[in-house]
Amino acid sequence: MHVDSINNGIVIDHITAGKGLQLYNLLGLELQDCTIAIIKNVASRKMGRKDIIKIDADISVNTDILGYVDPGVTVNIIKGGEIVEKKNISLPNKLVNVIFCKNPRCITSTEQELSQIFNLTNEKNRVYRCAYCEAKFEEK
Amino acid sequence: MSRSLIDIRDLSTTEIEELIRTAEDIIADPKKYSEICHGKKLATLFFEPSTRTRLSFEAAMYELGGQVLSMSNAASSSAAKGESVADTAKTVSCYADIIAMRHPKEGAPLVAAMNASIPVINAGDGGHNHPTQTLADLCTISREKGRLDNLTVGLCGDLKFGRTVHSLIEALSRYTGIKFVLISPVELKLPSYVKKDVIQAHGLEYSQTTDLEAVMPELDILYMTRVQRERFFNEEDYLRLKDSYILTPEKLKGAKDDLCIMHPLPRVNEISVAIDDDPRACYFKQVLNGKYMRMALIMKLLEIEV
Repeated sequence: MHVDSINNGIVIDHITAGKGLQLYNLLGLELQDCTIAIIKNVASRKMGRKDIIKIDADISVNTDILGYVDPGVTVNIIKGGEIVEKKNISLPNKLVNVIFCKNPRCITSTEQELSQIFNLTNEKNRVYRCAYCEAKFEEK
Repeated sequence: MSRSLIDIRDLSTTEIEELIRTAEDIIADPKKYSEICHGKKLATLFFEPSTRTRLSFEAAMYELGGQVLSMSNAASSSAAKGESVADTAKTVSCYADIIAMRHPKEGAPLVAAMNASIPVINAGDGGHNHPTQTLADLCTISREKGRLDNLTVGLCGDLKFGRTVHSLIEALSRYTGIKFVLISPVELKLPSYVKKDVIQAHGLEYSQTTDLEAVMPELDILYMTRVQRERFFNEEDYLRLKDSYILTPEKLKGAKDDLCIMHPLPRVNEISVAIDDDPRACYFKQVLNGKYMRMALIMKLLEIEV
């Protein structure tokens, strides 16, 4: 299968196989008018299988979302058909409006215009705590 | 943004020791400080019922020669009309020089500090933090024991929801040779993240028990807490657990002669009144020390030097 290379835009590479569509939705890419390709299950020497998202426009993507959902992805910035910047995305130290506090005692439960801020308090165990009430974020 | 105190971790151990020294100097020579905040105003914004903390802050400001702006009760405040904490903080910044805020929602004083142009002191945010109580506790331990390190500290009662306990553990964990003895019913045990992320992360020892009398002889400090109705969603659980530990003269039989018995107050029945005259009872001294530490803190955050 062949997908055209892009001239100016972004390639999100090394996405864990199966997470491409999730990232597409979380990044709000459905709102973009440009050409976007989600390529699933690409053979990878390093990962076995991986997903790739190619965005044919110079837009900004939220690297906090990328780092939180799939640390280890690579963001390649393409200009004039060349990779001009390669960013390795790791777990972000701070998340703003990516995840939401579920503690009913937290100030964010009543003042919903506040930014939802979480800090990474334990990198090894991937623990994020609400900046306001320090409640641990639980995925489920 | 002005310097605020939201969490006891906002202060270094050196700063805490400086505050204790200032408090001791105030005790030794109150006249020297009696006009030091002349012309300054403290706004006490209490969105949750509290008598002692609000009075302590107000007494502290008056004893420094400052003035106090206070709302009569939360029900008549603009918050009851739906004003956000951020807007309240910005508005009060136009009237006062420093804010002391108590709020039932966790994190509300942080929101205030992020939006105010003046210092904000967290005077208790739900079950989360109460750093000036911890300052009162540390001052009491320092004055009674002459040190903040090498102590066996028993914490008894509600260790799950007790914010004073969590903050005190945070603060004491930064000193060497502290051993915590955690005494509580199983349902009100200290949350595991406090044990793991605080006590163990500092390489300190702790033990857990449900038997207060068995551990009494080893304690240098006994910190009693109240099981608080307002922290429970379920009234049945509260009624079942509220009388778990009641300290009586009999239970003190095996205790050291220089044990320091503490309680953040108000007590309901956790400490029998028969203990009040025991020289080891320090809980009313804690109240007084709290006022002096709040005086020292107000001066520090207003950057007023003697």
